Amino acid sequence: MPPAVKTTQTHAGQQPATEAVQEPNVAEDDQSSAPNSTAPNSAAVNYADYAVVAARHPWRWVGTVIVAALAAAVLYSLVSNPRWEWGVVAQWFTAESILRGLGQTLKLTVISGSLGFLLGFILALMRLSSSPLFSSVSWTFSWIFRSTPLLVQLLLWYNLGYLYETIRLGVPFTSITFAEFQTTSLISQFAAAVLGLTLNQAAYSAEIIRGGILSVDQGQIEAATALGIPRWRRSTRIVLPQAMRAILPTAFNEIIGLVKGTSIVYVLAYSELFYTVQVIYNRTQQVLPMLLVATIWYIVITSVLSIAQYYIERHYSRGALRTLPPTPLQKLRSFISTHAPIRTTASNTASNTAPKGQP
Amino acid sequence: MSLATKEVTTRGAVAVRSVDKSYGTTQVLHNVDLDVAAGEVLVIIGPSGSGKSTLLRTINHLEKVDRGTISLDGELIGYKVRNGKLHERRESEILAQRTDVGMVFQNFNLFGHLTALQNIIEAPIHAKGIAKATAVARAKELLARVGLSDKADAYPRQLSGGQQQRVAIARALALDPKVVLFDEPTSALDPELVTEVLEVIKDLAKSGTTLIIVTHEIGFARDVADRILFMDGGRVVEEGTPAEILGNPRNERTKSFLSKVIEPAFNI
Repeated sequence: MPPAVKTTQTHAGQQPATEAVQEPNVAEDDQSSAPNSTAPNSAAVNYADYAVVAARHPWRWVGTVIVAALAAAVLYSLVSNPRWEWGVVAQWFTAESILRGLGQTLKLTVISGSLGFLLGFILALMRLSSSPLFSSVSWTFSWIFRSTPLLVQLLLWYNLGYLYETIRLGVPFTSITFAEFQTTSLISQFAAAVLGLTLNQAAYSAEIIRGGILSVDQGQIEAATALGIPRWRRSTRIVLPQAMRAILPTAFNEIIGLVKGTSIVYVLAYSELFYTVQVIYNRTQQVLPMLLVATIWYIVITSVLSIAQYYIERHYSRGALRTLPPTPLQKLRSFISTHAPIRTTASNTASNTAPKGQP
Repeated sequence: MSLATKEVTTRGAVAVRSVDKSYGTTQVLHNVDLDVAAGEVLVIIGPSGSGKSTLLRTINHLEKVDRGTISLDGELIGYKVRNGKLHERRESEILAQRTDVGMVFQNFNLFGHLTALQNIIEAPIHAKGIAKATAVARAKELLARVGLSDKADAYPRQLSGGQQQRVAIARALALDPKVVLFDEPTSALDPELVTEVLEVIKDLAKSGTTLIIVTHEIGFARDVADRILFMDGGRVVEEGTPAEILGNPRNERTKSFLSKVIEPAFNI
């Protein structure tokens, strides 16, 4: 590094040579302040010229080595043990039947998730309303659907045709009828699955959303009321966006739970991912590799959702934090720029300091 | 402040008649009567728990009264008279009435997830149905008026307390209200930030909008008030010009309250 050597030479008389060699940046700072510092060894030391040495964390390195060794051991066993049958996993991973099952899982998740949270939002508003009827209906809904097993709910919806042969649209308690359907033709496996998952999800998300709404400062609602902002707008524009910060982490927990929870509809012989996998391994007897196929797909979906969660949470923290923390991408970029090879810094230093250093 | 320097207005007269209000078994307002003329600046002082804030909140119907009526320019707040009965108004009508009454809170209550500008335009657009472009132009005017033109895109948490309260004042003014209510607007502020907020209110006092201000800033009250009202225990104890109330209080309770809040250096 010729520039570093050069600066060291110009300052050989004033600074210990070792310091200048270790840190070329120091040389730059010295240069600029050189005219002022007449006697560096006098009692009044100007610390502004000193380089900062970061604290060392030896135990962190020990921990890193142990964890890395453990991770390597797990990875090695996954790769080297032939009983995992990775070949079978690879063969089935993108098979058409698996992808079709995956599509059904996603469809169930998206439909039940969005309907469930929409209904949950309405239930939460009902629960918080001043009408005792609304609030008790909402409470009862959550009570029933949270106290019965989802499995039972699904089977009940699917067998609704046994309880009620026909479903009639008309005026209650009269013989006026607009339309009448056979229950069995109305409730397919898909309908029963969506109905069961949605209503169950609504009961849980109602409580999550209610909790979020309660976390918003009462003064916000008061200010919106005093400004004459209509009730619905107050809920959706003022309260809900601020409640989101409290709602989102738990809501994503629920949605990720729902992705895997959809596997329970295998009891209805509905061909989502998990049921498809079961059908295949019952035929081929390759149970573990097929379960791995399903598992890896669940991991993929969950990972995508986790990334979405990060950015959605970030979006809703606008205004709640003075400055938003950097995204992983921004962190990476700043890491690269601050840890750039010293060579570039040194050459910059040289080009900046050389003219000044000469006289 | 002499009325001569003010712009003359004919709107924003508030009349409070025999108002009672209780929370549970505690009666916080006892038979309160009050008239505020259009364009008048009324300052309400009194110890905490004297019902000052509750009285303010009844004026824009944030609190319902148990007995009595409140009217703004002759129109009853929250009720209308039909066949000799007081009918409760529908929510949409009450919301419309509230747009005539601006309110500034002790804790600012700015919407934390909205920028200063968004805070100001929300009500004009969604409570009054004003076009967005008009509302934005007006909001920028108001931000300039409170000295915060450069903070339009700042979120409340990025602003100091004094700046937040000035945005809150701009937000209240955006509805072009007949009356603006101030509920201890400087109580949550650091001492060095109080002045900037009081300056904005003083400026507003000259514009001819009716102002009802609850405050503990006695010096400010003297400067800005046309009339001062002293409340204690949910009753109006004494009222008069600043000189009468602050300089020569007749009631013992007023005297004792003032002796506690006015520092010796402040005496007239």
